[in-house]
Amino acid sequence: MDMTLNPGLKKALIEVLSEGLPLVKRPYAEIATRLNCSEAEVIDGITEITARGDLKRFGVVVRHRKLGYRANGMVVWDVPDARAAELGHCIGQYSFVTLCYQRPRRLPEWRYNLFSMIHGQDREAVVDQVAFIVKQCGLQGIEHEILFSKRCFKQRGACYPRSAELQPPRLAI
Amino acid sequence: MRQFSKLEQRILNEFQHGLPLTPEPYADIARQLGVYETTVLETLKRLQTEGVVSRVGAVFRPNRIGASTLAAMSIPETELENVAEIVSSFAEVNHNYEREHHFNLWFVVVADDEKQLQDVLAEIEGYCGYPLLDLPLLNEYFIDLGFDLKWT
Repeated sequence: MDMTLNPGLKKALIEVLSEGLPLVKRPYAEIATRLNCSEAEVIDGITEITARGDLKRFGVVVRHRKLGYRANGMVVWDVPDARAAELGHCIGQYSFVTLCYQRPRRLPEWRYNLFSMIHGQDREAVVDQVAFIVKQCGLQGIEHEILFSKRCFKQRGACYPRSAELQPPRLAI
Repeated sequence: MRQFSKLEQRILNEFQHGLPLTPEPYADIARQLGVYETTVLETLKRLQTEGVVSRVGAVFRPNRIGASTLAAMSIPETELENVAEIVSSFAEVNHNYEREHHFNLWFVVVADDEKQLQDVLAEIEGYCGYPLLDLPLLNEYFIDLGFDLKWT
C-alpha cells in the first residue's frame, strides 16, 4: 500500500471530502489552491485515500428525507453471536437497507447486537420491509425493535433547516 | 416533494459513488449523460440549494479515520431538548437524533483515537448527568453503493 501521502495533506483532504467538493469546472484545482499544493497532488491524495478503503463512497450525497423518504427506522436485532455474520449479510443485501453493523450488547440495559438502517416513504413501508426481511432471512422468533427517528438535533454536513428538523416524520395511518 | 426531471433523477441516482478523479469530473458526468457540463453544474447547485443534495463528497467508513462509536442515552422527555443541545455542542458529535424508544437520544462520536474517544464520552456523561451506552462497530455487513431511489 502506498504510504506517500503526507499526514497533513491527508487530514486536509479528509476535511474537504467531508465538506464537499466545490461545484466548479475544476474542483480539484480549486482545492489545490486552497491547500497550497498542486491539482495532481489532490487527485493522487484522494485516489490513495479511496484505495486504502477509508471511504464508503465518493459522489453525490442525497438527503433521503427531502426525496420523500420521510421514515427512517433503526432496526435492532438480538441474534446469536455465532450467526451475526450470516444474518447480517442476509439483512444487508436489500436495497432499502442502508447500514448493517454488529455492535456489542450492553446487558442488562441493551440486548441487541445487530443494527440495520431502513429508509421508507412512510412508517408503514418500513414496517413492511422489516416483515419482508424477517421472512426472507428466517428471523421468526428473533427479538427485534424498530426505533423510528423523530427530531434531528445535529447531522454534520447534512443538516436540514431547523424548522424542517423539528417536524416529526409524517405518520402513515 | 416536487417532481424531478429525468436528468435530475439520473444525477441523484447514478453518481452516488465513483465520482471521476479526473481534472474535470463534472464534464465526465456530462458526457455520460449526454448534456453540457454547465447543465450538470447548474443542476447540482440547484439540488444543493433546495437541500436535496447535501454535498458532492465522501462518506467515510467508520473507524478507518480515527475512532468512533454510536452512543445512546435514556432521557426524560422534559429534559430531552436540553440534553440534546449539550450533546450537539460537542465538536466530536456529528449525528444526534431523537428516536422512539426508552433509549431516546442516539448520537455518533468521532475522535482522533480510542483514548480521546473515551475521554469525550466521559465528558458528555459528566455534562449531561446521564449514563450512556457505548456501542462501537464490531463488524460491517454491508457495502454501501448508495441508495436506489424509486421514482413513483
